Amino acid sequence: MKRKLVVIGNGMAPGRMLEDLLEQDSNAFDVTIFNAEPRVNYNRLMLSPVLSGEKTYDDIITHNDAWYEQHGISLHKESPIESIDRSAKTVTSKNGITASYDKLIVATGSDPIVIPIPGSKLEGVITYRDLDDVEYMLRASKICKDAVVIGGGLLGLEAAAGLRAQGMNVTVIHLAPFLMERQLDESAARLLEKALELRGIQIITKANTKSIIGVDGKVNSVELDTGEKLAADIVCMAVGIRPSTDLAQKAGLAVNRGVLVSDDMRTSDTDIFALGECAEHRDKCYGLVAPLYQMGAVVAKNLLNESAEYTGSVTATKLKVNGVDLYSAGDFAEADDREEIVLRDAQAGIYKRLVLKDRRIIGAVLYGDTLDGPWFFDLLKKQEDISDMRDTLIFGQAYQGGEPLDPMAAVAALPDDAEICGCNGICKSKITDAIASKSLTTLDEVRAHTKASSSCGTCTGLVEQLMTLTLGDAYNPNAVTPMCPCTEFGHSDVRRLIKAKELKTIPDVQQALEWKTGSGCAKCRPALNYYLVADWPSQYADDYQSRFINERVHANIQKDGTYSVVPRMWGGMTSSKELRTIADVVDKFNVPAVKVTGGQRIDMLGIKKEDLPGVWADLGKAGFVSGQAYAKGLRTVKTCVGTNWCRFGTQDSTGLGIRIEKFMWGSWTPAKLKLAVSGCPRNCSEATCKDIGVICVDSGYEIHFAGAAGLDIKGSEVLGKVSTEEEVLEHVVALAQMYREQGHYLERIYKWAARVGVDEIRSQIMDNETKRKAYFQSFVLSQQYAQVDPWCERVSGKHKHEFKPMADLSVEVV
Amino acid sequence: MNSAIEPWVLVGQLSDIPRQGARCVKHDKQSIAVFRTMDDQVFALEDKCPHKCGPLSQGIVHDGCVTCPLHNWVISLSTGEAQGADSGATLCIPIKIEQENILIDVSKLR
Ligand code: SRM
Ligand SMILES: Cc1cc2nc3c(=O)[nH]c(=O)nc-3n(C[C@H](O)[C@H](O)[C@H](O)COP(=O)(O)OP(=O)(O)OC[C@H]3O[C@@H](n4cnc5c(N)ncnc54)[C@H](O)[C@@H]3O)c2cc1C
Ligand code: SF4
Ligand code: FES
Repeated sequence: MKRKLVVIGNGMAPGRMLEDLLEQDSNAFDVTIFNAEPRVNYNRLMLSPVLSGEKTYDDIITHNDAWYEQHGISLHKESPIESIDRSAKTVTSKNGITASYDKLIVATGSDPIVIPIPGSKLEGVITYRDLDDVEYMLRASKICKDAVVIGGGLLGLEAAAGLRAQGMNVTVIHLAPFLMERQLDESAARLLEKALELRGIQIITKANTKSIIGVDGKVNSVELDTGEKLAADIVCMAVGIRPSTDLAQKAGLAVNRGVLVSDDMRTSDTDIFALGECAEHRDKCYGLVAPLYQMGAVVAKNLLNESAEYTGSVTATKLKVNGVDLYSAGDFAEADDREEIVLRDAQAGIYKRLVLKDRRIIGAVLYGDTLDGPWFFDLLKKQEDISDMRDTLIFGQAYQGGEPLDPMAAVAALPDDAEICGCNGICKSKITDAIASKSLTTLDEVRAHTKASSSCGTCTGLVEQLMTLTLGDAYNPNAVTPMCPCTEFGHSDVRRLIKAKELKTIPDVQQALEWKTGSGCAKCRPALNYYLVADWPSQYADDYQSRFINERVHANIQKDGTYSVVPRMWGGMTSSKELRTIADVVDKFNVPAVKVTGGQRIDMLGIKKEDLPGVWADLGKAGFVSGQAYAKGLRTVKTCVGTNWCRFGTQDSTGLGIRIEKFMWGSWTPAKLKLAVSGCPRNCSEATCKDIGVICVDSGYEIHFAGAAGLDIKGSEVLGKVSTEEEVLEHVVALAQMYREQGHYLERIYKWAARVGVDEIRSQIMDNETKRKAYFQSFVLSQQYAQVDPWCERVSGKHKHEFKPMADLSVEVV
Repeated sequence: MNSAIEPWVLVGQLSDIPRQGARCVKHDKQSIAVFRTMDDQVFALEDKCPHKCGPLSQGIVHDGCVTCPLHNWVISLSTGEAQGADSGATLCIPIKIEQENILIDVSKLR
């Protein structure tokens, strides 16, 4: 029988421990996890990029619902454990779930410290620990102006940089005489201070907060003990963390600052382990992931009865603020038995300091140029005697032995056991071996197989250099394919940055993202135009000069420069009146060809550009609107006759198709969007090869998506089943909106789905009602601006210049 | 014949053409495309792509070039030559601006 393992807390430490455990034996335990947070496991280190807008929550999820399901792990979200009964071997959560265990892991992490000054409980005073905090700050940054961050350590500065990136006025209040005093010395701290001030972050050191002043229960300002007052709409306290030990203490486990563990990671109860920031090992509590992962590996082994021991860690930190390079490792307090080597170039913004003791490095601070960080850290950890290279040591690895090395050669020269990824403790040979033996070719694959670069990400450059070394030309470090030669950014980055930086015109995007060409090209301009239309529907004025000719003139250009005109025939239905109008237009304008299209409507081909407004005017009088047969937007909704006529029809497929088309016409999408509704599984409207399809059945409607029958042929995926027409509409529209927000320009739904994952889409649209409704609402909002018949606009004079020549010189010359 | 003496003929005003856009000028059987760039330079080319005669006036204008609407060849507005791997050239027509007026030299036209 499987033993029962219960984990309290679903943070980074247990996440990694479980991976280690499952890799070694996936059958040993039935695992149950309780977490206070209402979500799956995510990379906490990456909260700062989420705050600054460079990443989204989805980007930083490390274990999604599917992962827990796949491994048979029960995860209880939003279920904090309130008590441990050690004699009965059970735990009970606040919401009343009790689970029994054979082995228990306490992994409750830390609680952020809130300094108990007057006003610390006001609304608007927050800490920086989890996604809720980040979401709070993001919301606040949209409506408020001033932010004060109390605490100039790692977390405080990352919070400040993030809030600044969101456009707030940010002041950091720091008690010590200089920033990050635990990791830096004063000189490096000054350089850092200057760099942050250049970014518009105000810094006040030696500042003691006296109180936080509120108005109507909400933060209004912060008062320092000098009497100075700082305006504040939000106050973020980032003054430190305290291991979260209440639960363990109540259960009678031995607790000091953290939950005490011995080298085998067991607490004072042999069936209970403590893991992560909540644990205290040999008088130390850790606040960085590297040691926690090492603890996790030891816990996994001991759970499987292979004795393993944790002996403590030396840690190195990097500040994750874009454009600021800062690395520190070890110990650099001044003392008599220590020597220092310092290199300072304030002009270039470089500062390096090594602290030596007994001919060995015991501390290193690097600012501005951190390339040698891992090398110094390696010497530090191995406690190597550096006497031989003392004279040139500070210049870094490149200067040892004559010739300066380029960064590539420097990486090549690193010993096999040099640590590359500090967070995960991954050395060079582990990465190069994995690349070779598993034929890895992308950074994501290397991350998946070795974990290197998957936590704080600061070693990504090194990992990429190793990939280039191992794979040569086969590795393209810019694995993101740039959107076009005008930029290095790929489509995903551009879409994200448009939102994050609130870029609202094409020139703004090109300026902010440092486009290499003056005005872009025929590849990027239409893409940017679409992204802006989709992201800022109420604000962005469509740039017609950035649309392809078909979308600019709302007709399809033909090989001889004439145009074709396809009016909408809702759901493929027509009438004698409509047909008569078309016949009249064909006669009046001498239209050379009329064809029934593959999309259940009629195409008039070979119309001269000058005649287009006339053709549209006549069609418009009969009630026709543009069929948008040219658009990266909603094309056709094909239907079959359904219950109206067909003896097999189960639902009103024609009516539903028309309803969907009337709701969605006019919308722009990343690539064209074609739908179909079939009245029964015989599927006469071919719904299962469409971008989105609906198959009616007796009990309701089966929604399909991601089919293809053009350049590629692919049957659709089932999204799910619903029982009413209203639900069909809501799900179909939400799906289309999700695609509108995420798709790359010219990427059909089936390609987008392959990129982001069919399961992911299904879970957001089928299982997450809040998300679905939000998508639906966004679509409705943008339709207010999109559902305008372009033909009617042209007939009434818009863009007149498009349809007639500027001058006719023929007469003059003859 | 007027143009034999005075080759420059007024075809319109700068404001008739949208920035990064183009307008056509008819000249007998020929069509001339007059382009205006982001920074208000104007160029005139025969409205015929060297590839398969696509109407260049209908393309996207960017950085001194136009991308043909039919198969995406990129044509230089100043030389009429196809860029990149493609080769071929379109007839360039001399053009000048006086005040806001656009004039083209019709002497080269057939
Ligand atoms: C008119 C029509 C053919 C017909 O005579 O029946 C047609 C005509 C063209 N198709 Fe189509 N497609 C037509 C139905 C289809 C269908 C069938 C359908 O919609 O059920 C498909 C397969 C389904 C699909 O969309 O994948 C289809 C797959 C394509 C593709 C391949 C797209 C893909 O991603 O795989 C292209 C090329 C492209 O879009 O880049 C294309 C492009 C074209 C273009 C726009 C080529 C071009 O760039 O000039 C043709 C425009 C002719 C014109 O001026 O009207 N057409 N085309 C059909 C118009 C339907 C309508 O009423 O709007
Ligand atoms: C913004 C930020 C940036 C950081 N950057 C870095 C960095 O660059 N490098 C680095 O090495 N480290 C960094 N850290 C620190 C790192 O994230 C932590 O060391 C690590 O996440 C701790 O892992 P853990 O599993 O011990 O605890 P956590 O990840 O904090 O997880 C603990 C979980 O337990 C839950 N919990 C608590 N009590 C209970 C209960 N009674 N019942 C159920 N669940 C409970 C909590 O809600 C929480 O979800 C950063 C931290 C933050 C907040
Ligand atoms: S299949 Fe479509 S794109 Fe190809 S020639 Fe026919 S209409 Fe044109
Ligand atoms: S006709 Fe211009 S690219 Fe083919």
